[in-house]
Amino acid sequence: MKIYIRSAAAITAQKTFGDVPFLTELTEFDETRLMAIEPDYKDYVDPKLARRMSRMVKMGVASALQCLRDGQTEMPGAILTGTALGCQEDTVAFLTRIIEMEEEMLPPTAFIQSTHNTVAAQIALSLKCHNYNNTFVHKGISFESALLDAIMLLKEGDANDILVGGTEEMTDAAFKILTRLGLYKRRPISNADLYKTKTHGTIGGEGSIFFLLNDKPSPDNLAELVATKVFYKPKASVDIELNINKFLTDNSINAEDIDLVITGKNGDTKNDAVYESVIPALFSDNSLAYYKHLTGDYPVSMSFALWLGANIIKKGKVPAIVADGEIKNPSPKKILIYNHYQNSYHSLMLISAAD
Amino acid sequence: MSSPVYIAGVGVITAIGNNVAEHLLAFSERKAGMGDITLLNTKHKGELPVAEVKLDNNALANLAGISSKTSRTKMLSLIAAREAMNDAAIPKFSELRTGFVSANTVGGMDKSEDFFVDFLADNNKGKLRDIFDHECGSITEVVADELGITDYMTTISTACSSSANAIFYGARLIKNDLLDVVIAGGADALAKFTLNGFNTLMILDKEYCRPFDDTREGLNLGEGAGYVVLVSDEVAKTLNKPVYCALSGYNNSNDAYHQTASSPDGTGSYMAMQGALNKAGLKPTDISYINLHGTGTPNNDSAEGTAIKRLFEPDFPPMSSTKSFTGHTLGASGGVEAVFSVLSIKHGLIYPNLRFKTQMHELPFAPETEYLKGQPIKNVLSNSFGFGGNCTSLIFSAV
Repeated sequence: MKIYIRSAAAITAQKTFGDVPFLTELTEFDETRLMAIEPDYKDYVDPKLARRMSRMVKMGVASALQCLRDGQTEMPGAILTGTALGCQEDTVAFLTRIIEMEEEMLPPTAFIQSTHNTVAAQIALSLKCHNYNNTFVHKGISFESALLDAIMLLKEGDANDILVGGTEEMTDAAFKILTRLGLYKRRPISNADLYKTKTHGTIGGEGSIFFLLNDKPSPDNLAELVATKVFYKPKASVDIELNINKFLTDNSINAEDIDLVITGKNGDTKNDAVYESVIPALFSDNSLAYYKHLTGDYPVSMSFALWLGANIIKKGKVPAIVADGEIKNPSPKKILIYNHYQNSYHSLMLISAAD
Repeated sequence: MSSPVYIAGVGVITAIGNNVAEHLLAFSERKAGMGDITLLNTKHKGELPVAEVKLDNNALANLAGISSKTSRTKMLSLIAAREAMNDAAIPKFSELRTGFVSANTVGGMDKSEDFFVDFLADNNKGKLRDIFDHECGSITEVVADELGITDYMTTISTACSSSANAIFYGARLIKNDLLDVVIAGGADALAKFTLNGFNTLMILDKEYCRPFDDTREGLNLGEGAGYVVLVSDEVAKTLNKPVYCALSGYNNSNDAYHQTASSPDGTGSYMAMQGALNKAGLKPTDISYINLHGTGTPNNDSAEGTAIKRLFEPDFPPMSSTKSFTGHTLGASGGVEAVFSVLSIKHGLIYPNLRFKTQMHELPFAPETEYLKGQPIKNVLSNSFGFGGNCTSLIFSAV
């Protein structure tokens, strides 16, 4: 059975949403936090409702609804989302009020919208969709878990036209805490220069990207989702290579068949050392691309990599701003995406031009 | 995809016991777990009853065998998951493809609350150690590491249906031949965040909760964890003791009515129960016992009851809400009640719905109020419904 990416819609720190050129220019930021470029929500959410919604929920609903429109599908067979940190804005708002108001006279709205499943729930509510609805909240593989659920649903034949997405919002509090935890660079940096300085830390990001997956061939499909895999806490570089090789073997493909490898390089010395060891060992002759200077790093950033890869295949071109070195095949047909999250969760996705 | 998935082990901790044996005893003695707040540091102490696990963080950490400085959610999760794993005693566990699918809604919120007090006063303050467990996924990761499970893990958070969805997802990982064994369920600790949250919604009863009673006024929050060990047919054959039962049916449907309230006719609840019956190939009359979601809020019990009326009329099986014992353990409740459903089949038990007096005016049935044992229990339906319209029903069947 083949699984196709029918459509995809992305709200990110770049101009990716709506009818826009495909990453022809880099939107630059001069700090270690990249904010999503938000669309006008009135085409997606009643303005009265939107006023009470956090950015995360608005981004989620808008990208999901646009994805359905692009896929000419009114009602998805399932709604799946992944988010590591959930609805931070409302969580922090309610937590702050508990402390400041000493647990008295608290308004309920922030609590109501703080649950991790709010995005999936609001999409269902907006569509009056009673179908399967799930939310995964597992660190750097939240999106991958939702994607696996979608793949299983399609294989089981219990649902089709699966809407699956990754959403994350960066709040001031989360940015401050994650900076204190050492995730981000100590000094402001332009995202255009992310890979130029060899220093500790990356840049933070956010975004919401939804995909419509089904098993129906169509000339409108963006790409075929051939396979995905996650592996956990490899002990050494050689374990990573074994896992990736097994993934390739399981899918009957050699490194030379892959036209482009998209990696999760994020400008952090320790993070990127993993790629610098694995890539020369396995993909020394392959063309490479990277993306985290576009979006910043965030737990569901693999959703951006998948959006990028699917669009590269569909549009038959690799945007210059994502090229990591020479691009030998300007219109890739097979793309491998490889990302790792703090060297704990390693994630692979293989996509191919749809027949 | 039709290959069966069996339950080979169970583990549970709630306000009425720290393990399976203590729960069975508490049920037989009709001993509820609610009481005044003793451990949670909140202004609502003495005003709102809750169902606390009766161990402070030091005692709980001791039982779990991990640091007392971490989140209570993690300790609860580890205690119940380990009990389930030991109970299953699967031969050659390390040679099998194993997974841990856990659910929670609060993550390490109990520690984040401490962190935020200092952080709000000064953004450079607050012990970073207290924020490590904030993410729901952190709880799962540490417990999986402790259990030695590395092949697959993930975390689900769909409010009060979270751990029912975790069990459901775990079973599908086996049916899709991705794993051989999955420990699945969930955990949630009491937190000021949820206590105040539910309080602002005015759905907490100041008395002990009365699920499915006409005079019910709300729920009591609880805490705990519950896990089942799911195994494939092949693994089941290698066990040194019989499996408990099979997970025969499951369905996840969305009410799509309101972010927090259930639709008056319980559309999502009806679809979840109906879908689970279809999946199991069973008729409503095949159900021997329903473990209700039964929170005790006017809205939930009315919606759930209306959906049951529509689906089961005129033959209503015995049913009860074990939340009258444990309180509502939120993200843990689906796992906790899955364990109770499995034990119902194993021991022929129907649990009493405590404090029930008056039948709901809109329903032609009442919950079971007696503790019944030696019952012929073939199929148990377990309901878990949550915020965001997330409705999930599971069916466990004797084999």
